[in-house]
Amino acid sequence: MQQIKFFRELTSGIQTLMLHKLRSFLTMLGVVFGVGSVVAMLAVGEGASKEALEQIKKLGSNNIIISSVKSMEEESSSTTRSFISIYGLTYQDHERIQESFSSVKKNVPVKLIRKESRLGHNSLELRVVGTSQQWFEVIPRELLGGRILTQTDMDKQSAVVVLTEFGARKLLAGMNTIGQSIRIGGDSFEVVGIIKSETGQAGAMQIPDRDIDAYVPITTAKTYFGDVTMKISSGSRLREKVELHQIIVQVEDTAKVEPTAEAIDRMMTLFHKKKDYQINVPLALLKQAEASKRTFNIVLGSIAGISLLVGGIGIMNIMLASVTERIREIGIRRAIGARRRQIIVQFLIEAVVLSTIGGFIGIALGITIPWLITLFAKMPTVITPTGLLLPLTVSIGIGIIFGLYPAARAARVDPIIALRHE
Amino acid sequence: MKPIVSNTKQDMIVKLENAHKIYTMGSQKVSALGGINISFSRGSFWAIMGFSGSGKSTMMNIIGCLDRLTHGRYLFKGKDISGHGDDALSDIRLNHLGFIFQSFNLIPQLTVQRNIELPLYYLGWDAIKSAAHARELAAMVSLEDRLAHRPAELSGGQMQRVAIARALATNPDLILADEPTGNLDSKTSQQIMELLTTFHKAGKTIIMVTHESHIAEYAQNRLYMKDGLIEQIKGNGYATD
Repeated sequence: MQQIKFFRELTSGIQTLMLHKLRSFLTMLGVVFGVGSVVAMLAVGEGASKEALEQIKKLGSNNIIISSVKSMEEESSSTTRSFISIYGLTYQDHERIQESFSSVKKNVPVKLIRKESRLGHNSLELRVVGTSQQWFEVIPRELLGGRILTQTDMDKQSAVVVLTEFGARKLLAGMNTIGQSIRIGGDSFEVVGIIKSETGQAGAMQIPDRDIDAYVPITTAKTYFGDVTMKISSGSRLREKVELHQIIVQVEDTAKVEPTAEAIDRMMTLFHKKKDYQINVPLALLKQAEASKRTFNIVLGSIAGISLLVGGIGIMNIMLASVTERIREIGIRRAIGARRRQIIVQFLIEAVVLSTIGGFIGIALGITIPWLITLFAKMPTVITPTGLLLPLTVSIGIGIIFGLYPAARAARVDPIIALRHE
Repeated sequence: MKPIVSNTKQDMIVKLENAHKIYTMGSQKVSALGGINISFSRGSFWAIMGFSGSGKSTMMNIIGCLDRLTHGRYLFKGKDISGHGDDALSDIRLNHLGFIFQSFNLIPQLTVQRNIELPLYYLGWDAIKSAAHARELAAMVSLEDRLAHRPAELSGGQMQRVAIARALATNPDLILADEPTGNLDSKTSQQIMELLTTFHKAGKTIIMVTHESHIAEYAQNRLYMKDGLIEQIKGNGYATD
């Protein structure tokens, strides 16, 4: 019974609005653009932050990345023709981390050496990554063929290499892939596997792997290439001794990432006189990214709130005009026996119908805009259910809130005066 | 037809006792009704007459439960409703009263059918039942072929017939007609009055306000008002105490 009545209120509300199609449509526009812009902005914001979060996740949220850096003092002293500069992470650091922290699950040493590689006429400047098999567990990438490095490779100091897809295309084009021998520096290495690689920047951090990587066992790298590299900068030759360029630590529990990073830092300061290392925590970046996403959402929410408010005021304005215009109708209904509450419901329904239809059109608009952005600007956009339901709910709420005052005014109309109204 | 004259409460639809209505206009108090005592019995047909400012409209608004007395009592069907609130008065209008106005007062965006159905809608009738009833009522006022029209497409007489059908929809105890022929030509006026007479003869109680004496002739009882008081009562067999 109550439902039938509501349905009839609804249909008669829609019919009344249909009498003034243009006016109803123009009234709706405020809500349409309000909701549309909210949906679109949320989709763009969600897309951007999702991309950033995914990038950061590629760094591994449970990882701690410790990198060798040349300290400022070292940098300046090296110019005063110091014969060799020694800095950075050591094999000992790697062992100490392993022994000192029970929360550390994986502990990957990384040695980075630039070497020219050749196969026939093909050549490529590689970044040789001397590491352990754990690298592939800490930075998981798809294996396209062959195998990754093994403990046996470490123990035997095998001259084996895992290339990236990019490296394989450059060097091995038109030849056998797995089992092929290539020259790196002066030595011959057997290609045992090919993996995919990720490149790019995530937040303030370089993603650990590159296109030009060639993964070799760290033991092999140490034996074949040593710890000393030669750099030629501004005319002077400079020799550097760096044992490890990175140590990537994986912690078993996300909650322990930051305390462990702090503890590692404290321990490292004991053994390093100079600050020749840097600790990066992807999780901290992740948290930072999430915090900035929240800020972004608050800003969006405020803009959205204002635009919906404007839409709501538009509805209120028209509903007030409608009450004045239909004062006689209100008088007739009251004389016939409609209660005040029934008049309120009638006008409220009209306002809510306006704002709800406006909300739906706004959603259609709000879905189209991100689609166009993705199509033409190639920017990722993500429409979430919340991103649709929230603006819709708000628009219905706007109809109720801004319809209430005009409806209450309608109900307060004195039927005697209203009936006399011309 | 013998007019019903009785003093028992049950047969009095409307009884006003020492009815006062005072409007406050700024600091001035204007007395629109200055202490009226009158009863209207079931089945009667009354015309209330008087010049503008005589208080006849105020009396109509009071009887029609659109306004409240300042002092005195209003007994509707023997029950004192002077202290009733807005909702209670709305309910009396809905269940017991039918209004006919000078300017018809149909809702322009609704069809004839929907206009007739309007009181039934507020009574909570379902759509099928009220549509059937609206068709019956339209037939009673010979407008069964105009159900889908809107008021703007009708003549004045037709509009007033729709209003009559609407007033009859809830089978009210009392029909209140405020200058029902005021906007109609004399031929149409006659038709409308004949229609009202038919319903009166069928047992309806009618109270009508008019300033045209030839229209008032249709009613059995005539009440003349002046300066918020009853000046004179004329009628077949009305006992004036």
